Amino acid sequence: MRAKRLLNYFNWLLLLGSTLCVCLFLGIILWDIFSKGFSSLSWNFITAFPSDGMTKGGILPAIVGTILLTLITTVFAVPFGVACAIYLNEYARPSTLTSIIRASIRNLAGIPSIIYGLFGLALFVQSLHFGTSILSAGLTLGLLSLPYVITTTEEALKRIPNSLREATLALGVTQIETIKDVVLPKALPGILTGVILTLSRAAGETAPILFTGVAFYINGVSASANQEFMALPYHLYMLSTQHNAIVQVRPLAYGTASVLILLVFALNAIAFYVRYKNRTQE
Amino acid sequence: MNTKNREKLDSLFKLIFKVTGLLTILLLGGIFVMLLSNSVSFFLKVSPIDFFTGSQWDPETNYSIFPLLVSTGLVAMGSMIIAVPLGILTAAYLSELAPRKLQMILKPMIEMLAAIPSVAIGFLGIVVLGPGLAHFFGIQNGLNALNGSVLLAVMALPTIVTISEDAINAVPKSHREAALALGSNKWETLFKVTIPAAMPGLIAAVMLGLGRALGETMTVLMATGNAAAIPKGFLDSVRTITATIAIEMGEVPYKTTHYFALFAIAALLFLITLIVNFIGEYFANRLRKFHS
Repeated sequence: MRAKRLLNYFNWLLLLGSTLCVCLFLGIILWDIFSKGFSSLSWNFITAFPSDGMTKGGILPAIVGTILLTLITTVFAVPFGVACAIYLNEYARPSTLTSIIRASIRNLAGIPSIIYGLFGLALFVQSLHFGTSILSAGLTLGLLSLPYVITTTEEALKRIPNSLREATLALGVTQIETIKDVVLPKALPGILTGVILTLSRAAGETAPILFTGVAFYINGVSASANQEFMALPYHLYMLSTQHNAIVQVRPLAYGTASVLILLVFALNAIAFYVRYKNRTQE
Repeated sequence: MNTKNREKLDSLFKLIFKVTGLLTILLLGGIFVMLLSNSVSFFLKVSPIDFFTGSQWDPETNYSIFPLLVSTGLVAMGSMIIAVPLGILTAAYLSELAPRKLQMILKPMIEMLAAIPSVAIGFLGIVVLGPGLAHFFGIQNGLNALNGSVLLAVMALPTIVTISEDAINAVPKSHREAALALGSNKWETLFKVTIPAAMPGLIAAVMLGLGRALGETMTVLMATGNAAAIPKGFLDSVRTITATIAIEMGEVPYKTTHYFALFAIAALLFLITLIVNFIGEYFANRLRKFHS
């Protein structure tokens, strides 16, 4: 009896210990980056250009680059992905074609991001002659984000009850008008949540932009779509592995990591707020 | 607008939506054709036998994927050894034991872990885990396969925990009640009834986590030391397929053997992740059917 009680205790400890271990990982990551990163964070750090061979100054061009890059990704992936989700949820009947489309989307979601980078290089940079530019990189990230936008949008559309669609259709309204005036407005918060979460992932991606347009240093900020650009994740990668004064720039690397994680968490927080707001209204 | 125009507009939009659906097939096909055609160009120059059986990846002279494949396999295997037990036990705690209030704290924490960019995790591999491993094992450099495995485990954990939790939650309550009624205690019910019943879902969780670990680039690029030799153990420096592409693609001249070689190893990686994800999706679908 006593052995059994001991075993129960052990089991309980095993499960709780595993959970604590997962929490500990998160704790170490956040503690290390923020405790060392906050000291380099300052107004100057986020609004100044790098100086003295990247050993001083701020990371403004990398912040601007990441924001512009994410905008290009949004402009490309969101209309495309939402349209595809509308097709799948509102129009498509179960057929071979539909299941092929669904299988493609699932496969696209599983392809390693570096392969998207290769595809972007072959398609946008070389075949379409966009060169290594913020446009090529944004489009590459757009392709990467597409399956996530489609899946989350479809989930949002699925939650809209069919009775709403049937009611407007019965009034003689066409299907596109139903979608535009009834379904989409109702599904908007859900779609928005998914889109913002997808973009927060895209903003932190490094592998797909490696060969499609990111640069360690540019003069000024990227002003046009065919220029190379700086980005936060790539900046962190270069500062922590390739810089010739690696120990000296470590505080800058910590600062960059803090800004990147704060940016991603802020996007996540917005997404959860939209979702929360929507749930409480229903 | 009159009725006729409205109907025209309706069918026009239907067509547009359908075309976007078809474009997703085209995109997957495009990626496949790109990898395949460049691989064919590569295999016209280098024999597949040398590619698979050689022992050195040494661009310009030796193109053998073998050391890269062993490295990729070793790091991914290590990550699963760490992440699978941790992930499943955490999922079991979350769904079976944790009070609701604690769940409300733990679940967002796991989502936060999933949101952290891979480059930040790789950075910690350099500044925290690397020196830690070097100190602990008394080696000079902590950038090795073990470092990569631990980091990949951290990255695969959110996937494994989330899907495993769904799988455990999907086991009908009646199973548990039957086991308890027969006199088994909480733990016997969990380990002998609930977890075995959730097995298809747990396999899906592991496979999708493995898919993520195999395809991850930045963390392994930063934390594994990048020596393109066949590793003898977890304390050796390794270089995965993804890291090789990331390091060399930027420098290589357009349409050379080296350029094609990088597409060939990408094609193989694509195939491997495709198979792993396919198995994962197969079991995940069974879980979904079970749900409905």
